[in-house]
Amino acid sequence: MTKDILLPMMVILPFIGSFIISFMPRHDRNSTYLLAFIIALSSLACAILLLPQVADGGVVRYGIEWIPSIGMNLTFRMDGLAFAFSALVLGIGLLIILYAHYYMSPKDPVPRFFSYLLGFMGAMIGVVLSGNLIQLVIFWELTSIFSFLLIGYWHHNANARDGARMALIVTAAGGLCLLVGVLMLRHITGSFDLDVVLASGDLIRAHPLYEATLILILLAAFTKSAQFPFFFWLPRAMAAPTPVSAYLHSATMVKVGIFLLIRLWPVLSGTEIWVILVANAGLITMLLGAYLAIFQHDLKGLLAYSTISHLGLITLLLGLGSPHALVAAIFHTLNHATFKASLFMAAGIIDHETGTRDMRKLSGLYRVMPQTARLAMVAAAAMAGVPLLNGFISKEMFFAETIEYTGITEFGGFILPFFATLAGSFAVLYSLRFIDQTFFGPPMKEQEGKEHSPHDPVRWMRLPIELLVLACLIVGIFPEKTIGPFLKIAVDSVLHEDAPYYSLAVWHGFNYALMMSIVAMCAGIIMYLLFKYKIDKNVKGAPLIYRVKGWQMFEASLALTTIIAQWIERQLGTRRLQVQLRLIMATVLLAGFFIIAGRGLGMMNADFFLRGSPPDPAFIILWIIGCACAIGATIQVKYHRFVALILIGGAGLVSCLTFAWFSAPDLAITQLLVEIVATVLLILGLRWLPQRKTKTMTSMRLLRMVLRRGTDITLSVCAGLGMALLSYTVMVSSKQNHDVSDYYLTNAYIEAGGRNVVNVLLVDFRAFDTLGEITVLGIVGMTVFALLRRFRPAAESLAQPDQQRIQNAYDDKRTDREVGATLHDYLLVPRLVIQWFFPVIIVLAIWLFLRGHDNPGGGFAAGIAMTIAFVLLYIAFGVRWVETKLTVLPLYWIGTGLMIATLTGIGSWIFGFPFLSSYFAYLDTQSLGKIPMASALLFDLGVFILVVGASTLMLIAIAHQSIRKPRVIQASAAEEDAMDSDAAPAPAPEPEPEQLASEDGDAAETAESDQLKSEKTPQKEGES
Amino acid sequence: MELTLAIGIGVLTASGFWLVLRSRTFQVIMGLSLLAYAVNLFIFSMGRLTIGAAPILSDTAEDISHYTDPVPQALVLTAIVIGFAMTALLLVLLLAARGLSGTDHVDGQEP
Repeated sequence: MTKDILLPMMVILPFIGSFIISFMPRHDRNSTYLLAFIIALSSLACAILLLPQVADGGVVRYGIEWIPSIGMNLTFRMDGLAFAFSALVLGIGLLIILYAHYYMSPKDPVPRFFSYLLGFMGAMIGVVLSGNLIQLVIFWELTSIFSFLLIGYWHHNANARDGARMALIVTAAGGLCLLVGVLMLRHITGSFDLDVVLASGDLIRAHPLYEATLILILLAAFTKSAQFPFFFWLPRAMAAPTPVSAYLHSATMVKVGIFLLIRLWPVLSGTEIWVILVANAGLITMLLGAYLAIFQHDLKGLLAYSTISHLGLITLLLGLGSPHALVAAIFHTLNHATFKASLFMAAGIIDHETGTRDMRKLSGLYRVMPQTARLAMVAAAAMAGVPLLNGFISKEMFFAETIEYTGITEFGGFILPFFATLAGSFAVLYSLRFIDQTFFGPPMKEQEGKEHSPHDPVRWMRLPIELLVLACLIVGIFPEKTIGPFLKIAVDSVLHEDAPYYSLAVWHGFNYALMMSIVAMCAGIIMYLLFKYKIDKNVKGAPLIYRVKGWQMFEASLALTTIIAQWIERQLGTRRLQVQLRLIMATVLLAGFFIIAGRGLGMMNADFFLRGSPPDPAFIILWIIGCACAIGATIQVKYHRFVALILIGGAGLVSCLTFAWFSAPDLAITQLLVEIVATVLLILGLRWLPQRKTKTMTSMRLLRMVLRRGTDITLSVCAGLGMALLSYTVMVSSKQNHDVSDYYLTNAYIEAGGRNVVNVLLVDFRAFDTLGEITVLGIVGMTVFALLRRFRPAAESLAQPDQQRIQNAYDDKRTDREVGATLHDYLLVPRLVIQWFFPVIIVLAIWLFLRGHDNPGGGFAAGIAMTIAFVLLYIAFGVRWVETKLTVLPLYWIGTGLMIATLTGIGSWIFGFPFLSSYFAYLDTQSLGKIPMASALLFDLGVFILVVGASTLMLIAIAHQSIRKPRVIQASAAEEDAMDSDAAPAPAPEPEPEQLASEDGDAAETAESDQLKSEKTPQKEGES
Repeated sequence: MELTLAIGIGVLTASGFWLVLRSRTFQVIMGLSLLAYAVNLFIFSMGRLTIGAAPILSDTAEDISHYTDPVPQALVLTAIVIGFAMTALLLVLLLAARGLSGTDHVDGQEP
């Protein structure tokens, strides 16, 4: 049981390693490599330690609950098949890390490479060990992403970027298909759990959705495993560094599709459609891949197409649907990984030593690098299926299967062995070409730009190839002793009691399969001798089909998609916001209309409109005024903004009175206060708006305008009617459910100690919502501040306002007055009144705040009231005067408020309650009697301070604009500047208190707050 | 009563709607304010209209059905404050956009 923890460790270790390595210094090659090696080794050790538990057909599971309610759990599950694949991934991964350490150039950022590689390794193990299908999809997509990163590792190379993008699009699209397929499997079986799915094979095959599910899962497997017609991405992925090609694109990642097919083989195979789809795709891929491989001149290209062909062979075996074929498929998967990885590594060494991978340039390398040549020859022989090598045994099994196969149609069964032999002879042909062109023939010419002549690589770089080739040999000579047990547990874990008897012997007597091998061998050799020079001279590519290039079609279809999308966007789309908004609104109205029409317009008779309570005449008059204000504002807003602003304020007051009328004193107070602040804010903004001039119109424009307005009026009237109808219908219907409101009304006093239920709701029951809302408020405040820091007013708004000009002109004419005197004096009386009122309003705010829990009031209303006190002061005295007298630091207030509110919430953790649980008690004082003390009061204090901070910040950020001057003006008209008095009438004191507006405001601010610390006003103490 | 308020909400909505569809940013801000009034009243009216039954619990134990529904009120209260913040943000966006593009057209350029 304790060993089970090793299972998730296998997956997590590589990811941890990947994370750590990504932070290692760029040139730290050795420690990066060592760490990667140790991580891979430990993961492999975990797998081997778990081997005894799966050896006798057991399954190791390790589950972590995630969202059990919908069947989403992290389940790690290892059986024989998973072990075989993880051993493959980790074992070859280990060798690749060793190889890559010597392969990568000192100029490459090695930590990035190993970080991606380990991440990929973790994702692969994740796929292999997933016991939950959703989890499998997630790791599946992760392998695609790491493959993308690794192909694009040399991202300065355009080929690498294109290849990476293509591989990602194709394989990730397959992953999406897999996700849908998995969801359909869940729909059929009711579970994401692999064990459940594997146990319901009959159910799945009999289900009407079986075909669709199968096709989706096959799409995923075929894209990943580069099957026809999706194989075009694999040769393009060869732009990756060679270790990546060897590891991802031949040995492991492309085998994930095969793994999925084997994994789900017991539940999905055994039907006619399976055979048709899988076997045909495999057959076409096998033949096409082998055929194309012959005509490649690039070593890696040849190996890539050969990989495609071998993957096709494995898919074909799986498609045949017999247990024997499955055994051959698993066996060939392992064999192919060993010989293909070693061939890729050999190709990498050749490239490294000679500077080219073009077989037409390569020649006679046997002389200079005999070790590499020998290793490559053995591996290539295994690829060709030469006896006494592992490739031979699995190929024999494949040939035997094609003969056994009877087929859905007789012709299919008859023709298959011929195709198999043909593909075999192609394999012989390209393997022979690979060896002959590269290692034999005359010594090659000196490559330009290489300092040394080619030679065998260092011992450690050869070691991975030697080990793999050794494996090819041993498995080829003693299959039963070496690979036999592992193959058996892998096969047993898939087929269980259906596992067939099979023999891994090298010699099976003289049978059809051997005959096919001999024919293929001879045909391959003869074809090579016949066509050797023709192939070399061929530059166009494979005869007959060289014009059909999958990747070009893919690129073209991508481009076409973009062009079509752009065309549609041009035809149907618009950049104009009004048109977009009109469409959205019209759609909403239409949807609303259908709902109303569907629910019966019949109920709207005269009786329906009399259902409400009889109206109070005063209320009707109130709303006549309200409607008049709204319509008046609508008409006036274009040319008379100030009038419109006042009228809108009127509409706001009407809605405020409506709240008061219908038992909502809290809303009425808040609305009234907000109305004041909002109006002041908009008035401050008016100064920066452009003058609106009437334009002369051509008749065409006039017509368009009339049409547009007609549409808008229709839309607006419809919207108004709809809203009126909707709200009326709700208001006159009786309430269905009282539970929520009743709960709050019953428990407000008992549980939260407050009588004002609205306030209790805000600061106690739904305090978390309120916390979110005040956070939004704070963010908006800071956004306003940030936007205005870089504000540049339009040129026409820079001139002195008319009022100031008239006042100054008046002063100018009179000899007894100085310029600016009127400006300074004209607010004298209001200023005096406001100064007197400042403490009164603050007391009002505190009173509103304190009574909030039991009476109308609370943090929101009090905060806004406090803001009004500040705003009045600013209006009467100007920015500079206020900020020399008071420390106004709204940014700090926002922070303090949010902190108090959050800390109050966290405080309940200390007492072991959930976040924001409240506590209340009555504080018994001698003089004042019982004062309610709830922790909610503290939370409300946070709300209060934040609201003060945010709304003050918004207002004074705009107010500060009038004392800022664009630098252009400052520079060009420096002497005028002295005359040009500000909105603030008071003489400017030193230093300039621009703590909010100036960009280097921090210094000024500190200086100022130091200066003002001594003269803290009583008002300030009141608010903090 | 209900019909009067419903018509009021309808007029506010229609005026707001019209203004939101206009081309100048200030008109849009005004329109949004009117729409905000309408929506606040609409949500508030979901608690049904009751006179003289503010949700402020009195000492004399009364039946809770005596009070009006506090939930829409709590929702609208924060909506009022957030509505103010929205107006402020839009106003500043308007000013900044005008400073950058030289026009107060919603598309950032004169038609």
